[in-house]
Order: sequence, then C-alpha cells, then structure tokens
Amino acid sequence: MFIRTAAATVARRQLSIHEYMSFNLLNQYGVKTPEGHMATSPEQAFDIAKNLPTPDCVVKAQVLAGGRGLNGGVKIVYSPEDAKALAEQMIGSDLITKQTGEQGRPCEKVFVVERRYPRREYYFAITMERGATKFGPVLVGSASGGMNIEEVAATNPEAIIKEHVDIEAGLSMEQCKRLASKMGFPAYSQDEAADYFMKMYKLFKEKDCSLLEINPLAEDSTGEVLAMDAKINFDENAAYRQKDIFELRDWKQEDEREVIAAQSDLNYIGLDGNIGCLVNGAGLAMSTMDIISLHGGSPANFLDVGGGATADQVKEAFRLITSDSKVEAILVNIFGGIMRCDVIAQGIIAAAKELDLKIPIVVRLQGTRVDDAKALIGQSGLKILSCDSLDEAAKMSVKMAEIVNLTKNQNFQVDFSLPI
Amino acid sequence: MPRRARTCLSIRIRKSSSRKIQGMTGKQGTFHAMGAMDYGTQVVGGVTPGKGGTTHLGLPIFNTVGEAMEATGANATAIYVPPFAAAKSIDEAVEAEIPLAVCITEGIPEMDMVQVKTKLVRQGKTRLIGPNCPGIIRAGQCKIGIMPADIHTDGIIGIVSKSGTLTYEAVQQTSEVGLGQTYCIGIGGDAFSGTNFIDALELFLQDPKTRGILMIGEIGGGAEEAASEYLKVHNPQGPNHKPVAGFIAGVTAPPGRRMGHAGAIISGGKGTAAAKIAAMKDAGIHVTNSPAEMGKTILRAIINK
Repeated sequence: MFIRTAAATVARRQLSIHEYMSFNLLNQYGVKTPEGHMATSPEQAFDIAKNLPTPDCVVKAQVLAGGRGLNGGVKIVYSPEDAKALAEQMIGSDLITKQTGEQGRPCEKVFVVERRYPRREYYFAITMERGATKFGPVLVGSASGGMNIEEVAATNPEAIIKEHVDIEAGLSMEQCKRLASKMGFPAYSQDEAADYFMKMYKLFKEKDCSLLEINPLAEDSTGEVLAMDAKINFDENAAYRQKDIFELRDWKQEDEREVIAAQSDLNYIGLDGNIGCLVNGAGLAMSTMDIISLHGGSPANFLDVGGGATADQVKEAFRLITSDSKVEAILVNIFGGIMRCDVIAQGIIAAAKELDLKIPIVVRLQGTRVDDAKALIGQSGLKILSCDSLDEAAKMSVKMAEIVNLTKNQNFQVDFSLPI
Repeated sequence: MPRRARTCLSIRIRKSSSRKIQGMTGKQGTFHAMGAMDYGTQVVGGVTPGKGGTTHLGLPIFNTVGEAMEATGANATAIYVPPFAAAKSIDEAVEAEIPLAVCITEGIPEMDMVQVKTKLVRQGKTRLIGPNCPGIIRAGQCKIGIMPADIHTDGIIGIVSKSGTLTYEAVQQTSEVGLGQTYCIGIGGDAFSGTNFIDALELFLQDPKTRGILMIGEIGGGAEEAASEYLKVHNPQGPNHKPVAGFIAGVTAPPGRRMGHAGAIISGGKGTAAAKIAAMKDAGIHVTNSPAEMGKTILRAIINK
C-alpha cells in the first residue's frame, strides 16, 4: 500500500503544493478547514493573528517537506506578538528536516491558522492503487489519525480501511457512509464525514491528483468535522490540462538543477557522485547508474533525454551535467530506438564547441543511425573516448573519473581538452 | 476460455498480421510506419480523424479505426497519438474490437489510463500493450513499435521488459550470444497499462518456439514479485520448465525519488530492487546484477538446464 508515494519527499514528477494552497482547494470544494491565511512578512502575520477567531493560533512554515513539526516548523503561539516574532524567525531562513537534506528548504511564507481543538482524529487519504486486478482511486481511512500512518500500517493493518472506487460507476454515498462508519465516526457526524469524502473525491478526480492526504481529519470540540492538515500531489502528466494548479508550483522548493532541467524538458535528478550520465530511457538510465556503481564509481545524476530529444536539448543536458562541479567524467549511453544517434552526436559536438569541455567524455552509442553518428564524431576531430560495449564504457568512465580526481588532489593539471 | 487468456493469443503477431497506424500522418507515426514496412510488417493503412480518403506513404488513410478495419481487414493497431488524445484513441480501438492495440505514447494522464484500463478488463476482444512502451516485435516477422529492427534475430528467447532502451540492450546481447529472440514485448513504464509481466510470461510459456525467457524489471510497484509467484506455479522445475533470467534496474536509485517512469517509486520499503531480486531468485529465476550480462545469464541458464 503506497500511501506516501510522494507525500514524504518533493518528487520531481508529482507536483506538490504548499499547505495554504491545499487548504484553499479544499475550501473551494466545500471541505472545511481551520481558518488561516498566508503571510510573507512578520507584520502580515501579526495582522492575521489579530483577526483570527481564536486567541491562540498555529504558525506553520510553508516548506514542501515532511517533518516540519519535529523541527520547529510548526508552533502554537498565544498572541499576535508571538506570531509576529515567530514569523520573523521563520521567514527568510531555511528549514532543515530529515527529508530536506542538509541545506534544508527556504521558507518564504508562513501560514497563520486559528487554533482548533480536535476531539477525535482520523486519517483519510485518496490515492491510486496500482494492482493488476484492483487499480485506480482508493479511499483510505483509519481511526488512528494524527500520527505516523506507516507505523500504523506496519503494526496494525486492520486499523486501515480501504474503499476502491469503480471509476466508471463513480463513488457512491453508500461507500462513503460505510467508510465513515468503519473509521469510527460517531453516528451524528457520519453523514458530514461521508459528504466530505464525496467532495474530496471530486477534487481528486477533477484536478488529476495522485495523492490527497488529510492527517488528521478531525472532529473538533464543537462536533464539527475539519481537515486539519492537507498534502495534495498532482499527476505531472496532466499538467497540460491543469494549468491553474501547475502555476502554483514553487520552484524554489526544488533542487536548482532540476528546475533548469525542467525548463529544457529534460528528466534530471541530481545525486552526489562524480560521474555524469546522459542516457535515453529511464530503465537504461537507472541501469547505467547501476553498472557505474558495480564498477566502483559513483553516478552524479540520473538524466533521461527521452525519445524525441533535439540536438539543442542534448547540448543543454551537457551544460546541466557539467554545471555540477563535482562531475569529473561523463558517460553518454545511448541506444537509439526513437532517439537517433546522429542527433546525439550533433549535440555532443555542439556542446564540446560551446562549453569548452575539459573533462573526459566516454560515449557509447548503439541503434538507430549509429553509423551516421560515429561518422559525425569521427569527422569532427573530437577526442572522445568511444566504446561499443556498455561494460567497457562504464569501466572506462570510472577509471577516467579516478584519474581526474587523483590529479585534482595532486594539483596536477591534466588536459583532457577536445581539440576541434 | 477466460477473457484474459483469449486476448493473450492476439499478442502472437506473425508475418501475416496486418496492422494499421493511428496517428500515422504525424512525424513519429510516419517515421515508424516506414520502419515497420521496411521490416516486412504488413502495414495496411492509417487513421487520422479528418484525413480520411487521403493517402500517406502510398497507403489509405481513414477517419476511424472501425472504418479502417472494415476496409483493410487490419487486426492490429499502433498508436502514435499525443498524450491529450491517446486515451481516446485506445478507447476507439477497443470499441472497434481490434484484436491488438499497441500504444507508444508517453505522458498519458493517470486518470485517463485508469478509465481505459477499466474498460479493457471488462471486455475480451482487444489486447492493449503499453502505453509508454516501445511496442512488440516478433523477430524476423513483424514489428509493431519503435524498436530498431536490425538488432533482432529470429531465435528462442522471449523478452519482456518495462523499459524501452534497456530492452534493446537485452536484444543485442541475446543476439550476440547466438540465442536470438522470439517475441520482445515492451510492457511500458506506466502505473496503469494493458499488459503486465504475467500476461507476457503466459504467452512465452505457451509458445513452442520460446525456449528461454528474459524478464527485465525496475523499482516500484509489485509486478515482478507477482510474476515470480506466477512462475513458481506455472513454470515448475521438470521437463517442461523453461529457464528464466532477469535483471532489475534501479538498485542504486535513492528511495522516494521518481526516476522517470510513473511506476518507478519506492515507498515505505516496498518496491525496492532488493525485494524484487529476492522474490525472483526465490522463484528460480537467474538474476544478474549487471545490465551488461543479461545475454550471458540466459545462455548459461539454458546450457545448464
């Protein structure tokens, strides 16, 4: 059961939006949340806190990562002055949690929310089940709200209730009521809960969500049902038809290199190693990282140029890879199906000319138009280490990276330049 | 015969399979139509709404799948239609009851594919391969997809894979070690697709020419584990046993990051490469940890049978 497919990290390929935006969406669909407003300055936070219906409020750093509460990113305050002071601390600094890595993520906004007192807390989520026979949207509920749901799943799986939705028939009120009842909602609030489930499913379907998680969905001291917290992720494949949603993306919450990659339509994920990779196809790209590792090397990135990449995109890919100062060698592994090797070759040649590349490049090409590609590279006079075998190419790239690394440490300049 | 098994038979493409192409007049469609025809695939026409009555590459173009089938007797379709229209194209193929549909398109919204898949499992005429896949090829006979044809040789290994280009590696390696291929099926990397590992394995186990199987998976989901369980039951040791070799891509992928494929997410300890490799080994599959050794591994498995 993959409840946390993308909730736990900012996965590049599934859009994550800030909490206050999720609250707005829920409100749009008729689901109540505690009242709250976004602030970009301590003064704003003060004003908001003053005008909230409760004397206490919660100040929440708007950072796209889990674990905020454990790292000072979520705090209860007892006066508007305290809200202002806390906002002052949070805005403009980086929040570091277990999921953000050492640099943390920048906090530019805070969400100032009225304080409500949950009487009972439930867990509710809608996600996509990926089985062979059971697949599609599934509602997941549990009476164990407000806590780590993965722990619950591990220790007490019967506490988690699922309702699969038949996408043709749609979600029925009957299913929702059944879920509310099994989750332990008291009789007087079951209808309200069920109504919320219907509304959230509508949101899920209409906005092409991949995950909608409310933890906790609470019944507060007045008997009202509210979504106290929300994480909503969206299917990237649907970006073309969810322009409003995708405009909400906060690029500052993502790795800078991945932002640049997205602008060139490249699928790039930065890692920590020193061998840059440029591959076509996600499976082959992962395998290239695997085989580099097998030979004792460390991949600097995952990069899939895809099937229809242009020479320009290839050049941009090189630029991106070499902008990472840790990269000491590059391995290009292209097996052309849709991808044409001669296009790759044009991109490599353009990159070499424009970027003044100093690090060694190992190129391994196979498939569509490979002979044209080899001819192009040969005619260009470039000193590219070329190799037909994947195993040899991987070994070579590891060796090259070692050499560059050694000479760097010795303050020894080895010129791997590519004379044109 | 149960629905799924019936549609499995339509995967068995052969020289006589006649195929048409939805989206043929587009750039990709044209390029790959030519590739298919060069390989000897019987391409009989194309479907582009609004262009019915015209010709392209010397073949007739129709407005709908239904019209094309009636006029040409096509029994398979290859779909090269952009993501915003691809799901509808698959629906159209299913409604026309064409036996085999292969969808190459990457990037179809998940919600659309859930709807398509829901319709698919409720009928028994059309088999879908993909989306987001390179297609299917019967070495030496028929190619429906984007794979480079000339690395294939008519032989004995059935290959099934989520990946496109990683499959070509496997094909080249099995050609190099002299085994060649029967069917190479790219099931694609999407979370919701028409054909899974088990469907392909079923075909390979039933096909008399296929004497060894190569299964290529990747992180995310539980398909490889389910396939391993299937093999334990349907491919037990004994005289009819067919050796199976495998590789799982993504051992080095960090958890929580989605590497390209919609399905390739590890979460909560499930869907890891280690778990899949363990399940496969447990089912007697010869798993290699190097993508460069897939051919050698299945060769060894066959020799040592």
